[in-house]
Amino acid sequence: MMAKLLTLRNIRRIYAVFFFMLFVLLMWLTGFRRMKGYETPLFIELDPLVAIASFLTSWTVYKGLAFSIIIIACTLFFGRFFCSWVCPFGIVNQVAGSIFNKLRAVDTVALNSYRPLYRLKYYILALLLSLAALGSLQTGLLDPIPLITRSFAISVFPGVNYNSGLIYLKQPIFHGGTLLGILFLAIVFANRFLPRFWCRAVCPLGALLGLLSFSPVLRIWRDVDRCTDCRKCLAHCHGGCDPDAALKTSECHLCMNCIEDCPEDAIHYGLQKPSSSVQVSVDASRRRLIESAVAGVVLFPVLRSTITSKTSPQDRVIRPPGSIAEGDFMRRCIKCGECMKVCPTNAIQPALLEAGFEGIWTPILINSIGYCEYNCVLCSHVCPTGAISPLTVDKKLGKGQGQKPLKIGTAFYDRGRCLPWAMNIDCIVCEEVCPTSPKAIWFETVEVRLRDGSLKKLKRPFIDTNLCIGCGICETKCPIRDRAAVRVTSIGESRSVINQMILKS
Amino acid sequence: MASRNNKTEKIVSRREFLQKTASVCGLAAAAGLWGYTFYSKEPVRRSDTKIYTFRDYRVEDIKTYPHLAVVKGTDAERLVRAAVDKIGGIGRFVRPGDKVLLKPNVAWDRQPEQAANTNPLVVAAVVKLCLEARASEVWVTDVSVNDPIRCFARSGVEDAVKKAGGRIRLTAENDFAATNLKGESLKIWPVSRFYHEADKLINLPVAKHHSLSKCTMGMKNLYGSLGGQRNRLHQDINTSIADLATAIRPTLTILDATRVLMRNGPTGGNLADVFIGNTIVAGTDLVAVESYGLRFLDLKAEDIPFIAMAEKRGVGISDLKSLNIAEITI
Repeated sequence: MMAKLLTLRNIRRIYAVFFFMLFVLLMWLTGFRRMKGYETPLFIELDPLVAIASFLTSWTVYKGLAFSIIIIACTLFFGRFFCSWVCPFGIVNQVAGSIFNKLRAVDTVALNSYRPLYRLKYYILALLLSLAALGSLQTGLLDPIPLITRSFAISVFPGVNYNSGLIYLKQPIFHGGTLLGILFLAIVFANRFLPRFWCRAVCPLGALLGLLSFSPVLRIWRDVDRCTDCRKCLAHCHGGCDPDAALKTSECHLCMNCIEDCPEDAIHYGLQKPSSSVQVSVDASRRRLIESAVAGVVLFPVLRSTITSKTSPQDRVIRPPGSIAEGDFMRRCIKCGECMKVCPTNAIQPALLEAGFEGIWTPILINSIGYCEYNCVLCSHVCPTGAISPLTVDKKLGKGQGQKPLKIGTAFYDRGRCLPWAMNIDCIVCEEVCPTSPKAIWFETVEVRLRDGSLKKLKRPFIDTNLCIGCGICETKCPIRDRAAVRVTSIGESRSVINQMILKS
Repeated sequence: MASRNNKTEKIVSRREFLQKTASVCGLAAAAGLWGYTFYSKEPVRRSDTKIYTFRDYRVEDIKTYPHLAVVKGTDAERLVRAAVDKIGGIGRFVRPGDKVLLKPNVAWDRQPEQAANTNPLVVAAVVKLCLEARASEVWVTDVSVNDPIRCFARSGVEDAVKKAGGRIRLTAENDFAATNLKGESLKIWPVSRFYHEADKLINLPVAKHHSLSKCTMGMKNLYGSLGGQRNRLHQDINTSIADLATAIRPTLTILDATRVLMRNGPTGGNLADVFIGNTIVAGTDLVAVESYGLRFLDLKAEDIPFIAMAEKRGVGISDLKSLNIAEITI
């Protein structure tokens, strides 16, 4: 009985369920009360594409990203197992594909046969890696682990919470969140037309792992003497790797389905036998690969010949505390959204075009949604690539001899909208909530003459630029809700040498 | 030549014709009924949400006990117990089976030493007292200014309350109920629904400096019952505070002056701004507690307009000389 249940296919299913649950668990743990030192960005750290692409942009293998060596080494031995055994996005696509096609009369053999379209992912990889080599890290747009992490942080978790209220105390909202949600659903829905369309045709990580499994030691083998060419092995094939003919090792996910589907016992997993069929390694045209890489070389100056947060400081590009200088930040950030998941006030948001095209979905603070919590350094501890480098609370607040507090921007008054300045109405909520000590917002008590001629004592607020850390709580809590009378921009941020305005500070 | 699309409809029998006509008549009637039922001159349907009012949480006034108990000492729990005993014991305020709501000030993501929030030991002591009086449930709540999860965790209140056997209730977005405060500047505001579920309310403020209202203690602490855009209250802060104190009548107010934030309030952050007051003030008269507490901030009742406003409305008495105050040191 046990032997019957514990087939290779079922073992793979157990792994898949385990890793998917682990992924969801780690995402759920990414929060103030739950982190407690768990390796929450583990899946991103296991992702070799993150490690390799960020290595190309900045010549370091940052901390936890070294975990990806495990996947690289295992792939060299076993092939592209990651895609169906570990990758949470692969597992989502697989489950979606089998649900979508379960009750329809489809020709699964045709759907699971290899198609030349599957070469596309290698060209996408070549393009992304050539961009990375030139210094633009764009793998995160399509790399499945950052993609699913971002989609869960920005769409799935908030969506589940919207219906149940179980995850957050306050429903999070995200800048352009709908776009990310629709993209995620569209990729999942593509499985309706071609199972694992994403994994087979688009996924750059799949392509990288495919290249690494050019000659694995252990493989799926077909015995040509036993095989009757019934093609039943294609019925549940995950990778579309042609197990019925010359198996493409770079496409095989080692899902093990073909072994049990074979009525002749002609397929086995392990070492080669004398009667084993020939196999094919990476099926991609060298010429197309070079062309794609050259396309990256051409695209790179196009990406750079525009105003971005790197060419000149952008007022709305307020990066989370601990972020490294903008040029380095863009070389490290893979847009995974971990910081957006962990931020307790929902302040960290995915940028659209605020930081330029290259900066899509990188984190920025939007103070009309939330503010940077004074004593909080969580985002700096979940960032897997060091774009936001780890901070202690003392370091953020500048405690200790000769230390300065970390500044992420500076607040400015819009005196035409501020109640005490523009309308002689008492307010100074901004002063109340200002977290620094002494407060960066101070006030002057003035006597003003009202329209009816009467005199009124009033407190009018000012910013002490040297004390302001740019946390933005004044903007969040300002009663002028639509466009606050006090707003933070990125000027004066500690990480930048050029984004400064005051000579002496 | 006949059409190539030459399939013809089946001839309808009399029975089928009658059946079809009947079902069409039925649908037409349903459409008429739908229009009749929902016809309206309003573009959207206005649902009548229930507007709550605060219940009076006070217990019967017993003249034999002192108006205020002021206890000085270093052990916060003993201070609270001594103060409550002095004004009649917890049994006077909490009946067996009561649901008791505690409203400490947990507005800020600060640590206990920084004195921006009520001392967790004081909150825990009150939770214990209520449970000893066989309260069925003891809830601790506040609508924090910073992230509430961080505020309750880092203020130490969450741990202390859980250990003492109470329950933290954080206010989520749908935990607010429209409530009529019947005030001069505060009319209908969203209020945490826990206030309407509880039988008794114990106000547990901390004594702090505040730039606009000069001080924040028991009366301003009631701000924390409100949701919505309460930052607008600053525009008429004295009337707003007096309105709150008139609308919400706590069973008991225990002022935490074990640590007092003297400057840079209400957020604080610098230990140099914290004065170790080592005092607990307890009483049923919110105005009296407030007036007594002013001395920790070097203020006088005349300086604070909302105290006079509340007194004028009959909320309490600010003239401490006319009150029976029991001051003890342990």
